[in-house]
Amino acid sequence: MRANTWAGRNKVKVRDVPDPKILNKRDAIVRITSTAICGSDLHLVNGYVPTMQDGDVMGHEFMGEVIEVGSAVPAEKLRVGDRVVVPFPIACGACGACTAQLYSCCENSNPNAGIAEKMFGHPVAGIFGYSHLTGGFAGGQAQYARVPFADVGPLKIESDLTDEQVLFLSDILPTGYMGAEMCDIQSSDVVAVWGAGPVGQFAMDSARVLGAAKVIAIDKEPYRLQMAERAGHIPVNFEEVDVRSRLLELTGGRGPDKCIDAVGLEATHGSAHIAAYDHLKQAVRSESDRPHALRQAIMSCRSGGVVSVIGVYGGLVDKFPAGAWMNRSLTLRTGQCHVQRYMKPLLQRIERGEIDPTRIITHTLPLDDASRGFDIFKNKQEDCEKVVLKP
Amino acid sequence: MAHLEAVRATGDRTSHWSASAPFGKNVEWDAEIVDEAPGEKIAWRSTGDADVPNTGAVRFVPAPDGVSTEVHVVLTYDIPGGSVGKAVAKYLGEEPHQQLDDDLRRLKQVLETGEVVRSDGAPWGKKARKEFPQRPAQPLSDAELEKGADA
Repeated sequence: MRANTWAGRNKVKVRDVPDPKILNKRDAIVRITSTAICGSDLHLVNGYVPTMQDGDVMGHEFMGEVIEVGSAVPAEKLRVGDRVVVPFPIACGACGACTAQLYSCCENSNPNAGIAEKMFGHPVAGIFGYSHLTGGFAGGQAQYARVPFADVGPLKIESDLTDEQVLFLSDILPTGYMGAEMCDIQSSDVVAVWGAGPVGQFAMDSARVLGAAKVIAIDKEPYRLQMAERAGHIPVNFEEVDVRSRLLELTGGRGPDKCIDAVGLEATHGSAHIAAYDHLKQAVRSESDRPHALRQAIMSCRSGGVVSVIGVYGGLVDKFPAGAWMNRSLTLRTGQCHVQRYMKPLLQRIERGEIDPTRIITHTLPLDDASRGFDIFKNKQEDCEKVVLKP
Repeated sequence: MAHLEAVRATGDRTSHWSASAPFGKNVEWDAEIVDEAPGEKIAWRSTGDADVPNTGAVRFVPAPDGVSTEVHVVLTYDIPGGSVGKAVAKYLGEEPHQQLDDDLRRLKQVLETGEVVRSDGAPWGKKARKEFPQRPAQPLSDAELEKGADA
């Protein structure tokens, strides 16, 4: 089959690889009809997540048709011919974490638990196409994918919604939604979202759906801010204004009640000297992440507010403002999304027309053009917000 | 227990064990059960001229949540070559603590999910020896599949 693979830093390559086969009794094989390039794929391509290997099949947002199921997948759960969206965390459904609905912390699904344990203290779930640290599972930017624990994760789509309407249930829509849900939004809340990429846009829409009074989008790309503005959110361009001053202006001096970091470890902004400090420390591997958005969110949030982190962090950060966090009674909440928990309720919101996931799609390309898709997404060319690939 | 090659009962409370060791070698020993409480505990020690003299115990303890069970393993052993032998074994992922960690994780997987979880990059499942030197995370070829879990 054809698959998009990691080929070294800053390089992906579509190659011929073997077709996937059932390895475990609870596996299914899915013929992929739509898949997407995620912002967190860029962290892999840019070389910030360790343990990638030449030839790793990438991609963790995909959907398609089940063409084979393992002998231990009950027919009432999944059968050949079902149309499914596959969540990015691989979860067994039975361990302590899964029982508590913390699917991205599944205790069983990562065969490389030892590496993850060294990095993070405890292991994390396996993730499709997302380094050997999260299991070494082949991803879904391919014609076919093997889906472990197929009786737990995949969501059956039984209505005639298009791929584009449901594909993002695999990751970015639930991720954005969880970012807003972790904020415990009240009807008077002003919510500020750092990053107007796909996850940021969905965090903004979700904050609105959950009742926020005002939603602020912080980014530097005019096309992304315009996209947020068209959806009814307030744009703040950090290259044109001082973010903290603007946020204070917009909130009567208090600061946003709730702040969402949808940027993660590759923040590009910040005052010149702090940005230079982070770049230098990252280059010599003495700091793995550039946490500027997180620092700014903590410093800007109103006292007693919530800072919700859904941007991806990989390792260690410097200059974390622990004093602001502690002295001003902030709550910090975070997590890789527990996608399985949100798929059904969010599908219902899509069916009711409360959220329109298609609004962020700017490019649809054949799988063979994956490399171009990565280029324009990474370099923010052609006003690229979200690329859907068709195998 | 992926590192075990064979276990053979030699009597009511005695058995003969064979396990993989560094450099493709095997180690063998005789063992006897020294303490046993059904559903709670089993303890053993090696006897005679064992390659790696060892004693140990497995205990099954109710977890604080009142539903789950904790499995505790205590293992003491004497690796040939002293601290150098231990370092070599650890480098090769064959040190008993690594083997035990692998086995306990696989036991948890089997008990909770019914199978040892295999990925494309780690088709052998949890194995300390293979955590860093892995094959690419892409589907296995027919030839690799034929070779089985160690492809």
